Amino acid sequence: MKLKRNTFGWAMFGLLAFAGLAGAQDAAAAAPPPIDTGDTAWMLIATGLVLLMLPGLAMFYGGLARTKNVVGTMMHTFVCMAIVGVLWVIFGYGLFWGDSIGGFIGWNPDFLFLKGVDGTNEGDIPAFAFVAFQCMFAIITPALISGACAERVYFRGWCLFVVLWTVLVYIPLAHWIWNGDGWLFNLGVVDLAGGLVIHVSAGISALVLAILLGKRIGHPQNTVFPNNLVMTLIGAGLLWMGWFGFNAGSTLGAGHGAARVLANTLFSACAGALVWLIIEGILFKKASGLGFASGVLAGLVVITPAAAVVGPFGALCLGALSSVACYIALQAKDKLGYDDSLDCFGIHGIGSGLGVILLVFFALPGEEVSLKAQLIGMGATIALAGIMTVIIYYIVTFTVGFRLPADKEKAGMDSTLHGEQGYGFLNLN
Amino acid sequence: MKLITAIIQTDKLDEVREALMKAEITRITVSRCAGHGQDQGDVSLYRGHEVKPNLIPKTRIDIAVNDAFVDATLQAIVDAAHTGKIGDGKIIVTPIEQILRIRTGETGGDAI
Repeated sequence: MKLKRNTFGWAMFGLLAFAGLAGAQDAAAAAPPPIDTGDTAWMLIATGLVLLMLPGLAMFYGGLARTKNVVGTMMHTFVCMAIVGVLWVIFGYGLFWGDSIGGFIGWNPDFLFLKGVDGTNEGDIPAFAFVAFQCMFAIITPALISGACAERVYFRGWCLFVVLWTVLVYIPLAHWIWNGDGWLFNLGVVDLAGGLVIHVSAGISALVLAILLGKRIGHPQNTVFPNNLVMTLIGAGLLWMGWFGFNAGSTLGAGHGAARVLANTLFSACAGALVWLIIEGILFKKASGLGFASGVLAGLVVITPAAAVVGPFGALCLGALSSVACYIALQAKDKLGYDDSLDCFGIHGIGSGLGVILLVFFALPGEEVSLKAQLIGMGATIALAGIMTVIIYYIVTFTVGFRLPADKEKAGMDSTLHGEQGYGFLNLN
Repeated sequence: MKLITAIIQTDKLDEVREALMKAEITRITVSRCAGHGQDQGDVSLYRGHEVKPNLIPKTRIDIAVNDAFVDATLQAIVDAAHTGKIGDGKIIVTPIEQILRIRTGETGGDAI
């Protein structure tokens, strides 16, 4: 028996080795087109920077949840890597970047499992660099939505949500706005790094999900207790650092464009942080650490669609206005009574939505921007994200289950869903 | 004057606290503790191994009450904390010899 298995194994190895060698011969025969190593180096680094945003986001959200939910909250972000990363290879990239069908979705059988990608270019960078960079964007977008359903969903429900949302919302939207044949791209919608594709879509979905799932038990008296603001602040810093790759990498090159975008991203975040601190200082005579982190995020999300078309003055204004708008939105949330637990809609949705519209007014002369195009883009994004989230919510709820039952919610996600404890130092021995 | 010490499940704290407030017992002290009786605790996972906890986290509530309020306090805690499962906890009532309010210097029943 053993011998038979080994023989089969060696036969397969031989076959694959032969196939590999034969393939290598073919690849060597057709020389790949030239790449710009400067652009490539930057894009590879930018991909790494966007990857850094994932632990950054996990820490930002994780620190805001209650102690009994810290692992579960961070897992909501991390699991997106496991799920969307694999989907991207299998068919995600193909639907996003494949030949467009009517400007609505792509299709390219060559891109299944990224078969035809090795050795090809996207512009002057290797296609793999582009694939990996875009993959990171697809991964982080559903992770943002986890803020809306924090502390009260089944892990399996969240995983199914991520799969369906990526396929039904993110990939079509990214195709519409970033693919050269996408219908919104051809209408002239300006969205450098995902103001619409990522933040507004996630924000709207978060709002819808928060309303459909209902409030956490005991909200707000017994729920708003961040377990680790130190972690949240560090997370905000990592997000900021990653955002340089997120925005400046979206120029797909290393040059004046990337430099201007990086600079605008920096200035907007600084202005956002400063203004939020000022608002809190005036209203409460106490500027908070969480306020600082929120202001940074408000500044980063507002500049995301706009960083390529505005100048430093515009960046400062956008950052400042975003903090004001997001602050007001967060106060309104309490009055309207929905539990968007970690303020995905309040910051990502509102802040980036503001950027999508206001970039028209702060655009440098010569930049092609149109208020009408931006509004159509907004409308399409809100409609797609909103409607699909409702459908996905019901699919998940009636298949694997979405909202946690009361006893599990009270015991906490960490012990009931993950069998773990976030902070061992709470143990008395 | 009696000191009521209740050891309860941690996820029952909010309910017990609200029940006490409703019964007009508003001055309490809450602390984190760990221990075990018949309760086995929830099994943890560590890289494919199941780990049984040795000390199980609980919540401790200490309440100083005048004798007339003992029954109401015990009833409020039991009603809110009872689930019927092992691990619900215990309540211990001990006599208080002396009690003093630091701000005013009051002693005895007035200090409760």
